[in-house]
Amino acid sequence: MSVIYILLSISIVVAIGFFVAFILAVKSGQFDDDYTPSVRMLFEDELVKQNPEQTIKTKKTN
Amino acid sequence: MEQHNCFHCGDVCDTEQISFDEKLFCCNGCKTVYEIFSENDLTCYYDLQAAPGSAPKEIQGKYDFLSKENIIEKLTEFNDGHIQITTLYIPHIHCSSCIWILENLNKLNSNITASQVNFGKKNVRITYKATNFSLKEVVLLLSAIGYEPYISLDDFKTGKEHVNRSLIYKLGIAGFAFGNVMFLSFPEYFEVGEFWIEQYKHLFRWLMFAFSLPVVFYAGRDYFTSAYKGLRSGLLNIDVPIALGLTVLFVRSTVEIILDIGSGFFDSLTGLVFFLLLGKFFQQKTYSFLSFERDYKSYFPIAITKISEGIETPIQVYDIKKGDRLLIRNQELIPVDGILINGKAKIDYSFVTGESDAVTKLSGDKLFAGGKQTSGVMEMEALKSVEQSYLTQLWSNDVFNKNKEDGFTTLTNTISKRFTIAVLSIAFIATTFWLVVDSTKAMNVFTAVLIIACPCAIALSAPFTLGNLLRIFGKLKFYLKNASVIEQLASINTIIFDKTGTITSNKQSSAIYHGDALNASEELLLKNTLRGSNHPLSRTLYDILDEHDIITLNHFEEHLGKGIESIHQNDSMKIGSASFVGLEQDVSILNTTVHISSNNKYKGKYTFYNSYRKGLSKLFNSLKSNYDLVILSGDNSGELENLKKLLPSKTKLIFNQKPDDKLDYIKYHQSEGAKVLMIGDGLNDAGALAQSEVGIAISENVNVFSPACDAILDASKFNQLFRYISASKQAIKIIKWSFVLSFFYNIIGLYFAVTGQLEPVIAAILMPLSSISIVVFTTVATNIIGRKLE
Repeated sequence: MSVIYILLSISIVVAIGFFVAFILAVKSGQFDDDYTPSVRMLFEDELVKQNPEQTIKTKKTN
Repeated sequence: MEQHNCFHCGDVCDTEQISFDEKLFCCNGCKTVYEIFSENDLTCYYDLQAAPGSAPKEIQGKYDFLSKENIIEKLTEFNDGHIQITTLYIPHIHCSSCIWILENLNKLNSNITASQVNFGKKNVRITYKATNFSLKEVVLLLSAIGYEPYISLDDFKTGKEHVNRSLIYKLGIAGFAFGNVMFLSFPEYFEVGEFWIEQYKHLFRWLMFAFSLPVVFYAGRDYFTSAYKGLRSGLLNIDVPIALGLTVLFVRSTVEIILDIGSGFFDSLTGLVFFLLLGKFFQQKTYSFLSFERDYKSYFPIAITKISEGIETPIQVYDIKKGDRLLIRNQELIPVDGILINGKAKIDYSFVTGESDAVTKLSGDKLFAGGKQTSGVMEMEALKSVEQSYLTQLWSNDVFNKNKEDGFTTLTNTISKRFTIAVLSIAFIATTFWLVVDSTKAMNVFTAVLIIACPCAIALSAPFTLGNLLRIFGKLKFYLKNASVIEQLASINTIIFDKTGTITSNKQSSAIYHGDALNASEELLLKNTLRGSNHPLSRTLYDILDEHDIITLNHFEEHLGKGIESIHQNDSMKIGSASFVGLEQDVSILNTTVHISSNNKYKGKYTFYNSYRKGLSKLFNSLKSNYDLVILSGDNSGELENLKKLLPSKTKLIFNQKPDDKLDYIKYHQSEGAKVLMIGDGLNDAGALAQSEVGIAISENVNVFSPACDAILDASKFNQLFRYISASKQAIKIIKWSFVLSFFYNIIGLYFAVTGQLEPVIAAILMPLSSISIVVFTTVATNIIGRKLE
């Protein structure tokens, strides 16, 4: 069997894999809100707070 | 005086200043919220954005109805007794701090397991343990930190909201197929007759066929149904030539690969559907945080307190029956028409009429649904049920069931009629010619003409022009329901304005003093007396008067519904209604007045006038040459003289119009050929907004209030209206120019088709090229318009 059949089937399988991933993503509602996630990902650092008072004070002085 | 802003909400601290933790707060509420956050290590809230909060409001007893089982059932989307999930709409969500604090609610109460904000929709989805926490407590917690949710009768509908994502699916499928078909058809574009391509081309072709199946039968389905509907109602809409093109493309390509004549046009076919859907997607800009379909349900409460035999129970407003005794608390909305039984009633009908001044009612007076109680608790007896009330009856009018778009022929559909006829004639003439000359080519030419003339570029002109302008308008605080509103806006010839709240602003009024001049000590006393009062008129007058020193009053008393009196050293002062200050007769009846007497001697009165929006005269003057202008007001004619001075002389001024009158007025003029743009703001304009060609609601705060309409305009941009209308007209010109451009491409394509030389590769180049150049042209042109608007 020619190599082109193998290549074709691989490429189609990969393409369909991505396509299914896309459909599932839409279905789970990932495209419903396109703003909040972009803000949420920036919060990672604030969740663990060492010294909250300090930041407030430094903010006041500047 | 130096201004200090509240650390929590950013308001100016004028009447009160509270220092805490080296920070200034405007009120105890703001300070409390700060305390809650600092105790829970959540002060980072203030780092993300300066002064992000809002002061919490008094909510005692307001949410008692949330403990009722059937109401909880409606408001939660998941409830198994242990875990409940609810989605609450919170109008205050406006910045990243809001997202942060609301997604960290679990830090404030461990019973909340998860919370997720949808910023666009301004709602938060909260999961909590129902065993030791309740929906009411969730709402109280949110209210305590200044994020009071907005729960209205609208939330009380049965069934889940269905999210329609089919366009994204279709776009995904078409894009997927387009990409793959492009890869598979590439070899045959260039390597004709090579050994290896001869061996594999059949496989490639059948794969392309397989990929195009879902595109034709799923992604492109809407075009066939729309074309079918159009033909049935005798309309040659733009989808007719598109559906024809798609059918011919698919059938001819399939026949070609079956008979091994050529490689077919699957690349053009999938590309065409992909581009068309892209245009549809682009046009579909929605402002999820705005609602254009609101009726009274969005403003009415879910439940109200009913008193029977001395016991207060919350009941659902739909369950209110004639004769029920209802308790209306401060800031609550009257849900039904009724009679005031007891208590001080000061009803704010601004929801209904746009009028900002509250009306005092006495026991036995009739109350209309939609008013908001603004002074303490009152009791009323229901006379009707919710649906039968005066205000809500307006919604039984037929206009609310009509879809405005149905009766409107878009520019694209107008042109598509002639286009379709022209294309079909060319196809038949060319086929007849070839039948005579070389009959083997006849079928080839016929299909080629229909393929190449498929009006992809024409169909894309309007979506991209209007879609882009829709976004530009959105940035300039003019929010449109959909793209066809722009086309309608460009065609209007009559503009009708509501008065109160539309051309006047709600916030500021101006007051003019008539009477004996006040001396310095009297002015000082006046200002300081007003300082202590929370009555809206006092607050307005206080803001208008010049700044004075703060003195401590010896005596201060507020008589509800009458006025205020104060004593400082030897001077006394009374401020309030005419009878309260000792004036026998009130001469001015039409305008709102506040009377003043000093040491029991009548001094004079402040008369309040509507304050008109900035640039009103200028706007009317720029509009007057092209449009008929009308002011249609529900108020009395007290402002007639004032308006005559401000507005161009040909403006029609009509007063004392009931909601139905406004609707009928517009209907009458439409029957005489007027294309009406109605600009209003209150629920009383809802009928007129629905009846007019374009209904624009003016809103001081776009998140809070606007009746059902086609567009919402931020009040600060009111004076830009003329420029927005001109921009819409220019957009129509752009669409016409892009039609010209796409005809140019069609002529090139038709040359190849008619002469029988249409190769798949030419179609595959011409089709995307024309589409992309149309997209570029319309985008650039609308951006130029947009830049001029800024």
